[in-house]
Amino acid sequence: MSLRQLLGRIGLWFSVIVIVSPAILFFLWMLSLSVKFEVDNAAYPPVFIPEQFAWKNYTDVLASNRFLTYFINSLVVTGTATLLAMLVGVPAGFGIARMSARKSAVVILIARITPGLSYLIPLFLLFQWLGLLGTLVPQIIIHLVVTVPIVIWIMIGYFETTPLELEEAALIDGATRWQVFRHVALPIAKPGLAVAFILAVIFSWNNFVFGIVLAGRETRTLPVAVYNMISFDQLSWGPLAAAALIVTFPVLLLTVFAQRQIVAGLTAGAVKGG
Amino acid sequence: MNAPLSTQLEPVGADFPAGREWRPPTYWPFVIPALVVVLAVIVFPWVFTIWMSLNEWKVGSPTTFVGFANYLRMPRDPRFVEAVGHTLVYTGLSVLLPLVFGTFAAVVFHANFAGRGLMRAIFIMPMMATPVAIALVWTMMFHPQLGVLNYLLSLVGIPPQLWVFHPATVIPSLVLVETWQWTPLVMLIVLGGIAAIPAEPYESAQIDGANLWQMFRYITLPLITPFLFIAAMIRMIDAVKSFDIIFAITQGGPGSASETVNLYLYSVAFTYYDLGYGSAIAVILFLLVVVLAALLLYLRRRAMWTEIGDGA
Repeated sequence: MSLRQLLGRIGLWFSVIVIVSPAILFFLWMLSLSVKFEVDNAAYPPVFIPEQFAWKNYTDVLASNRFLTYFINSLVVTGTATLLAMLVGVPAGFGIARMSARKSAVVILIARITPGLSYLIPLFLLFQWLGLLGTLVPQIIIHLVVTVPIVIWIMIGYFETTPLELEEAALIDGATRWQVFRHVALPIAKPGLAVAFILAVIFSWNNFVFGIVLAGRETRTLPVAVYNMISFDQLSWGPLAAAALIVTFPVLLLTVFAQRQIVAGLTAGAVKGG
Repeated sequence: MNAPLSTQLEPVGADFPAGREWRPPTYWPFVIPALVVVLAVIVFPWVFTIWMSLNEWKVGSPTTFVGFANYLRMPRDPRFVEAVGHTLVYTGLSVLLPLVFGTFAAVVFHANFAGRGLMRAIFIMPMMATPVAIALVWTMMFHPQLGVLNYLLSLVGIPPQLWVFHPATVIPSLVLVETWQWTPLVMLIVLGGIAAIPAEPYESAQIDGANLWQMFRYITLPLITPFLFIAAMIRMIDAVKSFDIIFAITQGGPGSASETVNLYLYSVAFTYYDLGYGSAIAVILFLLVVVLAALLLYLRRRAMWTEIGDGA
């Protein structure tokens, strides 16, 4: 290796460290805050690794029965909204792709541009009128605003690239369009399904704005619950950071293990909800 | 469900030479469920919002049709006008900074190095993480006395800042968070652009003795311009709509120093329950995004023309 190449390598690694460190340092600091007692969190200069770890911060958050309620709420809202979106969005993506009706996707584009709050005002009134406000139903329905466009958009892109020959052969053999979809198109599109599913789950899980308006005390999802912790415990950073980390941990885990799907989905449509 | 579908399967073979051009009506059943959902949760709210914006509509009091009164109220509402200013500053910075850093990061990630996959996973974590959770930790980091940011500044001899607790620094501080969060998305889009560039121009440039900066400036940059515009467009849309980070960190404060149109919309609709005026603001906010998008498209046109004018 010549000196020039060596310098190039060093420069490259230096650049890598520079661009990755804001993320690494942030999450390490988040972890550090979450395992420290208040004495250490209020210390100056700051303590990075404490002498005594405050695992209590985590056990306190996990042990409170409220947390379990909010966790289940999040699971129900995200799970139902994602499954419903897959149920209607995957066939829709197939139909739109096969009809070459990409122009109809303009609705999805408008949905992508519209601020989430604009949906909230009319739907809030509707749910109030229907008397649904104390339940999880409003949040499940409004999360469809996030999940359905993601699934349709990604599936259109996917079905447009899958080969038509197999489907045509099946049609000639007398299969119905539904059978073609179910037994030919769907199995080929499995990677696309994974991408749509993962992104829908993440953006629904992370959603905050719908929850602060629609959630009551018992129907909060985790992001809303964490936000509400601030007003209750002034300056108790340890438990707050622990709760924040617990909420976002599933997503971070997904990011590491499903990185390929996430990158494919984000660059394909760059659709984000909310 | 199957029977009516298969009866419409007329003379199959005859139609197929047209390939993808052939548009049978039989795919509609696949789309209808989604259509119902989209009509219910996207189109209905839109139509209803426009209708509400033409009414005086407060929770708990009767509604009256007022025409465009809600729209005419906006230019005379100093808080709204101020919010538009904040939104434009916030958006401008939140497009520009991630674009610069994201392009740099894309160039770096295009290179081959050990552990690139893991590094990329870490790099995109900020944009996938739950925004509220992130915002809480940033709030702690911004704390003037106990925050780690002021400690880091003190290490390089910069006096402590008030960050989000002072009107003059609150928007730049929030943009810092937004940039940290969304630079990865720009990186991914630009990386796609760089990956599509063939190797030949670089090879001949290298033979001609071009340095790294020249290769970037005269080969990479012109070829990734379309991707930069896509990234700028997406970033702009998201920055105008930005809510979670601002709401969780400052709630538009101190005072109203970081109140963007979206934050003001929230206050009007869900703190004052003035739903008619709130709906009008929602419509204008949407139009603001459309206008900014049109402006970006216009800039792109002009950039293309000057390139041709230069003979490049």
